Amino acid sequence: MDIKILGSGCKKCITLESHARQGAAELGIASSIEAVHDPVAIAGYGVMRTPALVLDGQVVVSGRVPAIEEVRALIRSASGRPS
Amino acid sequence: MPVSEPAPAMRWLRTSRPGHVTLLAGLVAGWLLLYRINESLWEAVLFGWLGLDPQQRLSEALRFFLYDSIKIALLLSGIIFLVTVLRSYLSVERTRALLAGRREGIGNVLAGMLGVITPFCSCSAVPAFIGFLAAGIPLGVTMSFLIASPMVNEVAIGLLFSLFGWRITLIYIGSGLAIAILTGWVLGRLRLERWVESFVYETKLHGQAVESSLGLSFEQRLQMGAEEVASILQQIWPYLLIGIGVGALIHGWVPTNFFATYAGRGNPFGVLLAVGIGIPLYSNAAGVMPMVQALYEKGLPMGTVLAFMMSVVALSVPELILLRRVLQPPLLLAFFSVTGVGIVLIGYLFNALLV
Repeated sequence: MDIKILGSGCKKCITLESHARQGAAELGIASSIEAVHDPVAIAGYGVMRTPALVLDGQVVVSGRVPAIEEVRALIRSASGRPS
Repeated sequence: MPVSEPAPAMRWLRTSRPGHVTLLAGLVAGWLLLYRINESLWEAVLFGWLGLDPQQRLSEALRFFLYDSIKIALLLSGIIFLVTVLRSYLSVERTRALLAGRREGIGNVLAGMLGVITPFCSCSAVPAFIGFLAAGIPLGVTMSFLIASPMVNEVAIGLLFSLFGWRITLIYIGSGLAIAILTGWVLGRLRLERWVESFVYETKLHGQAVESSLGLSFEQRLQMGAEEVASILQQIWPYLLIGIGVGALIHGWVPTNFFATYAGRGNPFGVLLAVGIGIPLYSNAAGVMPMVQALYEKGLPMGTVLAFMMSVVALSVPELILLRRVLQPPLLLAFFSVTGVGIVLIGYLFNALLV
């Protein structure tokens, strides 16, 4: 799965990135995780509040850091795997 | 809109685990108790147990530092928590929807007011700027939003209210809004669109914007509040300690009425000087407030104090660098100078009005 973390590199973005990494690993889903820092690219996703989580090109969370359980659930439903 | 705002709180009280309610009630009680005893506690510890002489400058500065650190930290935690929970019912997306299609003038007024209440951090300034312009909101209206957002800061509102009372707080809100509305309007009149980097208008917003806080449970919102308190305090504690330290030095060593004599109403350059010092200083409302308090105490006039505070929080070099990504130098210069001039004017106005 293609996972992108949008954010300026602040602490919240780093937390979100580690949540995403851990969530994907726990589910055993192969993923590429990339942090997007460029504000212009971030705006291109229609995101106006960082950090944001993008799964396979879809923005699923913006403006807050979801708990690890929530990130795991989001990754699971985006991967189409039954819970 | 938070129309049914008490409802989720009531529902939460009924349905949540009793442990969580007790925890919240305990935290509130602890907060109130600490706030109450803070002053007498340090007096008892320093002048009672340790036997320090309250007439000595060092011990009085130390008392001020300890007392003020705890007080500001308590106020900040309370204010940030409340504001975060309340603001989780608003979002930048909703603000943008409210502003879309507004004309200049009324749009500037609305943008200024929404800038105050919309949850927003300066690190999102560039994506929000692009998002607003790409949605067809006029440049001047967007600028009003971007100026009001840091200038009239909810933490500053809370701190000013606790330290100086409602009159100064209302003056601060009113004048900050006036600057944001007028500056945005002037920038819009100047037709500076050609100085916006061209890719901004070509940005295609693909995908549906996600409402950042839709469908959260009340417990999640409370948790967001607690996390925000922790993350902001972690971020700003050095600024806070430096600010309180400088405040304590001013409190202990600068003679009463020092500023009234040298930078008071009689000095026509007082405000200009304060803004000149304030712009390169980079701090936030929380860090600057202890200094503001001490400066005012030593006779710096309120207009000058407000101008100093606004220039510190609203204009800074990191913000300049961020905005350079989307604004070309002439527009950036116009933005900084129009805002700066507005702050200076407000300073002189209130020095003349407030006695």
